[in-house]
Amino acid sequence: MIDERTGEVSAETRARYEAVIGIECHVELKTVSKMFCGCPNAFGSPPNTNVCPVCLALPGALPVPNAKAIEQIVRAGLAFGSTIPEHAKFDRKNYFYPDMPKNYQISQYDMPLTVGGIVRYWLEDGTRGECRLTRIHLEEDTGKSTHASADGRLAGATSSLVDFNRAGVPLMECVGEPDLRSAEEAVAFLESLARTFRELGVSDVKMEEGSLRCDANVSVRLRGAAEYGTKAEIKNMNSFRSARRAIESEIARQIAVLEGGGRVIQETRGWDEAAGVTHSQRSKEEAHDYRYFPDPDLVPLDSPPAAADAVRATLIETPYERYIRYVDGFGIASKQATQLVDDAALSQWFDRVAAASGQPLAAMHFVLGDLSRLANETGIAISGGKVTPEALAELVELTQNNAINSSAAKKVLEVLWIEGGSAKAIVEREGLAQVSDRAAVAALVAEVLDANPKVVADYRAGKTNVLGFLTGAVMKASRGKANPALTQELLREKLEQK
Amino acid sequence: MDPLHDSAVAIATAVNRGEMSAADVAETVIPHVARIDAQVDAYLQLTPELMRAQARRVDARIAAGERLPLAGVPVAIKDNMCLDGTRTTAGSKILGNFVAPYTATAVQRLLDAGALPIGKTNLDEFAMGSSGENSAFKKTRNPYDLERVPGGSSAGSAASVGAFAATLSLGSDTGGSIREPAAFCNVVGFKPTYGRVSRYGLIAFASSLDQIGPFARSVEDAALAYDAIAGKDPLDATSIDRAAEPTAANLPRDLRGVRVGIVKEFDTAGLGTSIDTCYRNAYDELAALGAELVEVSLPTAKYGLATYYLIAPAECSSNLARFDGVRYGLRVDGADVGEMYERTRAAGFGPEVKRRILIGTYALSSGYYDAYYLKAQKARTRIAEDFARAFELCDVIASPAASSPAFGFNAKSDPVAMYLMDYYTIPVSLAGLPSLSVPCGAVVPEDGTRAMPMGLQLASPLFTERALLGYAHAYEQATRHADKLRPVTEGAR
Amino acid sequence: MLVMASDRIDIRHVARLARLALSDAEIATFAPQLANLLSFVDELTELDTANVAATAQVVPSRNVERADALRPETLLSHDAALANAPQTQGGYFRVPRILAEDI
Ligand SMILES: [Mg+2]
Ligand SMILES: [Zn+2]
Repeated sequence: MIDERTGEVSAETRARYEAVIGIECHVELKTVSKMFCGCPNAFGSPPNTNVCPVCLALPGALPVPNAKAIEQIVRAGLAFGSTIPEHAKFDRKNYFYPDMPKNYQISQYDMPLTVGGIVRYWLEDGTRGECRLTRIHLEEDTGKSTHASADGRLAGATSSLVDFNRAGVPLMECVGEPDLRSAEEAVAFLESLARTFRELGVSDVKMEEGSLRCDANVSVRLRGAAEYGTKAEIKNMNSFRSARRAIESEIARQIAVLEGGGRVIQETRGWDEAAGVTHSQRSKEEAHDYRYFPDPDLVPLDSPPAAADAVRATLIETPYERYIRYVDGFGIASKQATQLVDDAALSQWFDRVAAASGQPLAAMHFVLGDLSRLANETGIAISGGKVTPEALAELVELTQNNAINSSAAKKVLEVLWIEGGSAKAIVEREGLAQVSDRAAVAALVAEVLDANPKVVADYRAGKTNVLGFLTGAVMKASRGKANPALTQELLREKLEQK
Repeated sequence: MDPLHDSAVAIATAVNRGEMSAADVAETVIPHVARIDAQVDAYLQLTPELMRAQARRVDARIAAGERLPLAGVPVAIKDNMCLDGTRTTAGSKILGNFVAPYTATAVQRLLDAGALPIGKTNLDEFAMGSSGENSAFKKTRNPYDLERVPGGSSAGSAASVGAFAATLSLGSDTGGSIREPAAFCNVVGFKPTYGRVSRYGLIAFASSLDQIGPFARSVEDAALAYDAIAGKDPLDATSIDRAAEPTAANLPRDLRGVRVGIVKEFDTAGLGTSIDTCYRNAYDELAALGAELVEVSLPTAKYGLATYYLIAPAECSSNLARFDGVRYGLRVDGADVGEMYERTRAAGFGPEVKRRILIGTYALSSGYYDAYYLKAQKARTRIAEDFARAFELCDVIASPAASSPAFGFNAKSDPVAMYLMDYYTIPVSLAGLPSLSVPCGAVVPEDGTRAMPMGLQLASPLFTERALLGYAHAYEQATRHADKLRPVTEGAR
Repeated sequence: MLVMASDRIDIRHVARLARLALSDAEIATFAPQLANLLSFVDELTELDTANVAATAQVVPSRNVERADALRPETLLSHDAALANAPQTQGGYFRVPRILAEDI
């Protein structure tokens, strides 16, 4: 059903359809220099200052590929289990556009650096999924054109201004198979890519600098249908949020078209962030004849299996693997596991606490709780602060063994944050050791009960919630050191004795 | 010492010894070149101030005790090579006002070796042509008959050396653009193995074929220039990383024990009696020097032209896409950027360039790639394999450098007829082989009265420049064909 | 054996791909010349290239790369970068408006 007035389909109708989504994204690699020349790969410089004959495509200039960028692509591919073909090459993709200096882009067509692989991801609720990769290949970025209209947009502009600083920055293009079924899955896929690239150090994936840009092929079909529907390609999504909104809006649009008896047209659609809709970008048909051919300025890239093996040997745990270890191995909830995984330095630091203490859950609570609060308040990263993983592990052990109680632990942590050092030493110095001696606590309990006859009477009359007040009073009498569990146990014992 | 007529070897020796300063060479050469060039039009631009400044640097280096292989040698540079601060046009209107902000590696190496830049020479637009007539700016004349073409595309580089308006020059050769004009202008023209000389700063025509090389009036001078410019360049990924042995020293004097391949399919009888006689005579001269003549077969060489006229235009269609009026060069405005592109390129490129862009675009386009471009790349493999097989039987292959001596202006209106001039040079280019043209006699053309120079092409296996230059030197020293002709230009000895 | 389609070259389409505006006179001149050239290259159909590898580069180099390092000596100054530009504005290269279909 489509709402005649809004053109929106009902949730019920929506549920009869399934979306099929394939993502292609371009990610800027983290190198010192550009892909084919020695200009800085830097963001934010004044226009046309990071350029040379090569990236400005002056007559006679020639490209020489950046070895690091090639290695980064191989590393990225291997992290997803891609195959590294023994032979790869660079091709030219020919099309005219003012921000592309050579009017061809050096890219890879039929012999990319990596083939296949799987991106594993998880959704917010902990559901896991995977999406196959077609390939990851290496290419160069274009410059940037801004349009001389009032709002900087294409429409209404009488001329455009071009900055070539970004021209020639190395890009990896990741092409995914159409294995995704919702905008959430698409975003989870992108997040998994981004986390992995950050972890590998191949990209900072700074969205605000446009270092990850994605296109999505979206089609819909009735649930259970075997054939894919006609797809539209959505371009120009440069944040996870806009990817989610754009895909959702496109899915809704296509369902509305089909429900209205129409037909989805295969086309390119641009995402209009402000309007929240995709719109058709009709292009002349010949615009798609890219006339790929091997770039005669460059020579083939050979990668003997041993070379790929050598890179593979340097790979460490991926963020997905770490997430699984936290959730399945440590029993950490998905949300907290994600929090840890998303901060690589923190999660490495956490792993050392978990290993040293043998108490990953308790360690997680400290790390994401009080320690994160202290870090936020002081603006110092946990991993860069004075608290060593060993000190925190000690603190975890002290609390787990009931040597100190939680309020003492908080105090110890605060001291550790400022001074560093050993948790045990601070406990001793500050006299924070928990009193778990039955007789000593029992004496305090008796003292408190004597001092509060009315409360005792209330308890005995059935108002058992006053136990909290009495516990607090005992803790106070102990200057915070009484073992709370023991205190409560003894309080109950006495109160119920009559 | 006569810097106008002496060899590069002689000039460099004299300047290195302090017998003459580079500044004196420059002052002698500058007015002389201007006089000769008024007749030949070899240069698009003379650079006397650069030449003087460079002469001062050279003299200072010599005074400081350095010895420079090309000390004070006047050189001309084909105008498709960038020279910092000079207009670099590639013979095209589209680059009519382009001032290069950097210097091509090969040019820089010449300068580092002490050479003095006389100026930038005329060429067929973007090096596409075999007569020099495709320049957007002027017609360079053949110094041996001013009514005839100098050959192309390195028209001015060949003509300047042939007219004694340069001691050495740099040209570029994609399908014969050094060897054919060298033959037409009575000079030595040498195309090294593809990748031996950096292409950085050479305005690309067809990247997998383009190669820079020298023109000289002797093989020894060509070797001297080659030694200065050859070698790996980190700025050109296709430049070859292997030691280039010096070639100019100890060139041999005879051809004893050398097997010279004569290609069965390159029968010269069809070129007319006088041309046929000229080449038969040249082969006899090789034999007389002790060479063993062996017949070799290149059965696929006849497909060279077809192969070349797909591969080179395909690459050029992409290489020339950058001339769009955005960053440099001509712009003809339009209402939108697409219109600006189309008008700029329509106004900026000449007809031969447009034809090749169209053919190349077509050969790469969707649906035709396999039938044209890919097919041609496979044909290229077979042609290269044929040469490899031939070189099992011989050390060097001898053939004509061009199908005829220099022809008159406007003699070839049909593009394909013009392309046939490069019948013998193109297969060699497709195989990437080092080859050269060395003067081998003269022929009176059917439509003329003056004897015009002829060139013998020698081609050898990849990376065998040293041997190749040796064979050519032995032949040249024994025959001295170049000395038998004199340019018609004023100032020639 | 591949069949070549020399009679089917659509010059206007190819010229549009190459961003070349051709006059009617040019089309009239080029059409027979290009057809002639294409029939000339058609002779390649008779050459057997089954199981023959394509040659993109004739010299057998592999993996020619550069270290990831800056080359400040090749950087162009801002003025040099713009010196040859037909039009500039505020440090940018200026071009006529870009239409959506150029994308
Ligand atoms: Mg791409
Ligand atoms: Zn650059």
